[in-house]
Amino acid sequence: MNGSPNDVLSGVVASLRNTWRGLTSMRTALILLFLLALGALPGALLPQYSLNAAAVQRYQAEHPTISPLLDRLGFFDVFSAVWFAAIYLLLFVSLVGCLVPRSLDYARGLRARPVATPRNLSRLPHHAAASVTAEPAEVTAAARRLLRGWRTAEAVEPSGAHTVSAERGYLREAGNLVFHFALLALLVTFAVGKLYGYEGQVIVLAGGGQFCNSGLLAYDSFKPGIRVDGTRLDPFCVRMDGFTAEYEPNGQPRSFQADIGYQDAAAFGAGPAGATVGGAAGAWRAATLRVNHPLRLGGARVYLIGHGYAPRFTVTFPDGQQRTSAIQWRSVDTTTLLSEGATKFDPPGVTDPEQRRQRQLAITGLFAPTAFFDGAVLSSSFPAPRDPAVAIDVLRGDLGTESGRGQSIFGVDQSMVESGRLVRVARQNLLLGEQLTLDDGTVVRFDGVQQWVSLQVSHDPAQQWVLLSALCVLAGLGASLSIRRRRFWVRAAPITEAEGGGRTVVEVGGLARTDQAGYGEEFTRLAALVLRGDPEPSRGRPAALARKE
Amino acid sequence: MTVNTTLATYSDWCYAGAVIVYLLALLLHGVQFAAGRRRAAAPELVAAGGGGQASTTNPPGDGTSGTRDAAATAGRMAVSLTVLGAMIHGASLLLRALAVQRVPWGNMYEFGSAICLAAVVTWLVLLRRHRVSGLGVFVLLPVVILLFTSGTLLYTKAAPLQPALRSYWIAIHVFAAVIASGVLLVAGAASVGYLMRTSGRAERLPAADVLDRLAYRATIVAFPVWTFAIIAGAIWAETAWGRYWGWDPKETVALVAWVVYAGYLHARATAGWRRGAAWINVAGLAVMIFNLFFVNLVVSGFHSYAGVG
Ligand code: HEM
Repeated sequence: MNGSPNDVLSGVVASLRNTWRGLTSMRTALILLFLLALGALPGALLPQYSLNAAAVQRYQAEHPTISPLLDRLGFFDVFSAVWFAAIYLLLFVSLVGCLVPRSLDYARGLRARPVATPRNLSRLPHHAAASVTAEPAEVTAAARRLLRGWRTAEAVEPSGAHTVSAERGYLREAGNLVFHFALLALLVTFAVGKLYGYEGQVIVLAGGGQFCNSGLLAYDSFKPGIRVDGTRLDPFCVRMDGFTAEYEPNGQPRSFQADIGYQDAAAFGAGPAGATVGGAAGAWRAATLRVNHPLRLGGARVYLIGHGYAPRFTVTFPDGQQRTSAIQWRSVDTTTLLSEGATKFDPPGVTDPEQRRQRQLAITGLFAPTAFFDGAVLSSSFPAPRDPAVAIDVLRGDLGTESGRGQSIFGVDQSMVESGRLVRVARQNLLLGEQLTLDDGTVVRFDGVQQWVSLQVSHDPAQQWVLLSALCVLAGLGASLSIRRRRFWVRAAPITEAEGGGRTVVEVGGLARTDQAGYGEEFTRLAALVLRGDPEPSRGRPAALARKE
Repeated sequence: MTVNTTLATYSDWCYAGAVIVYLLALLLHGVQFAAGRRRAAAPELVAAGGGGQASTTNPPGDGTSGTRDAAATAGRMAVSLTVLGAMIHGASLLLRALAVQRVPWGNMYEFGSAICLAAVVTWLVLLRRHRVSGLGVFVLLPVVILLFTSGTLLYTKAAPLQPALRSYWIAIHVFAAVIASGVLLVAGAASVGYLMRTSGRAERLPAADVLDRLAYRATIVAFPVWTFAIIAGAIWAETAWGRYWGWDPKETVALVAWVVYAGYLHARATAGWRRGAAWINVAGLAVMIFNLFFVNLVVSGFHSYAGVG
């Protein structure tokens, strides 16, 4: 656009080289960005092991032909797949390769003078001219005063014309560099968090249940970062004092709240004696957990992520001994909280394992917080425990707990049932307080309901750095997209005596280096001010500013 | 927290009214498009706010002055109707907010409606500064389709928010997402227009470089807002779900859209890539819409606020 080839010939060569370099690497970056977008898609569209392993298995069962291939390609675990890592690592290599020279250029450019005034200003996208009575030097001096905040350079051409070249908007490139570097920082801090963080879930019964962050085994499920072995978790304990759920009349939940007590590292006397605010070491402090309101303790955060019911059964064995148990059942219907599960009992006082294996009991079936019977079939009509009931099978025999196989806490080992070692001895619906009697005189009573709460404990040592990087991304982006790198030139040439003399022809030109749109108004304003001071228009076109697109 | 059903009903009426008014505006834009041969737009529409800065104008029309006037009139009426529609539409959202005493973007129906309003307002703002009403069909068509789908398939009765959404972050994160989506919708429409204009199939559209610049400027406004929406979403996820990023489908596709728009900006900064860039912008919009519908309705994830099935 800059239309004077001779005096900027070397500049053209350099800028050609720059363009070529920019083009090639930009194209690489484009392709890699495209691949990144494309590669992330299966991670969103196919079930992922990391999010929902059961969904992956379901999908694989439904699509037996394609699944093995997809699995081998890592499509069920995209975000840890090698090829996905390859894409973003390549992208970041290309980014570094692009940023380093750009940063150096930028640093050099900071000291450079604004580009000399082009010979032919009328070829620029923005241009205006007028003739004034002021001296050329006065015009340029006034222009420089006007261009405060711009970097300016003044020159006198052999013809006697005075020029000002001005440039502004260097922060655009700075913002752009900040943006790209912050992206790098974001990736690195994200990765650090993944290496050194952990996430675990645990179910705790309301009404006094406790959880202590003592190690992997305290959790129902635990996802450690590669550098976490579970031995040095942040020490704290949580006691679930109470849980309240409120519902709209239609059953839609309105609020969940868990009242808890907790002890953090300080309470364990890790600090100096007396460091505990509550007084004696080991004191419990009260807190409330709600959705969107986690408990933040030192490095760990505790979240309320789910809840459900634990029906309480008391079994009176023929010898008169009683055992009571309440263990979490899981909801099979998230709106009515109809739940299923298995509560298991060992016969008391039986030491012989052989005998014990004949007389273990399991109570399995459905629990409804608000019972609704269709004939004898139990379902639930409301999620709150208004009218609880259970529909249970009682099984007796060998639960298989000593078989060495892992067992679901929500059901019985079906192979035991199939092999006849675990036999159903009763099937009945019980309302709260009702009981049933087995053939051997054992009495099973449904005598209460407890709520359970599922907690998530998360630890990510890098997350504040991730946030900081993200904010730098945003700030850099804002600067880079809103600031325009723009140039402004003034040439004030005296009219020779031969041509009438005594006047000065002032020409101004403007060029925005990235996007012309939006520079027009600023240019118009500046041009009008520079050209002001003489009512006589030049070339019949006063400050009616020519603007080319 | 009870729902004021009277206000909710008025809100629904306004919604229906807005759709009808937009539909009429769309039809008039169709007339304008069909009648105005080789004309950029009705220049009378840009009297205000142009700052005396003339964008590239097309050569004067070569049609008869009768059809040109018809086109101009239709265009003017279409824009007036759009303004009217936007007011009724705004009233619909406001009434719903009052009916349920919360932000009016708590489920997919409301979210879709808010995005469309953001798009229409963006469009009206652009119309004040640029003579581009000839693009009206391209903007109003997706708006009407989106509103119609939201109002029928996705309609959700006024109701309080579920506990997971009761956080001030819904006002921040979702609002940013609404604004970004609305502006990007207009940007996408401009890019579609650009692609048709440069392929020589739609001479009646505004000039190609005007459309290209419009798309670019809308995108550079929306992109940081979208970036902010993602960051705000991550901050909220940290408080609500225990991690700031978990590759939830909605998060992932939002990031994919972000990457596609980053690709657009890179492509547009590359000389000689204007058409490629426009295609990428359209692809970005496709990903946004995909995220809105498909991911909410078909893929299950944490973002289960859709309130449908
Ligand atoms: C993780 C990958 C990348 C992402 C997400 C990304 C994103 C972006 C975004 C959003 C912009 C627009 C903001 C602006 O104009 O300043 C931008 C601009 C830019 N990027 Fe990148 N970028 C990436 C990699 C790269 C690479 C590898 C290069 C090297 C070729 C590069 C070179 C540039 C340049 C030169 C601009 C300025 C364009 C202009 O002046 O408008 N980027 N980038």
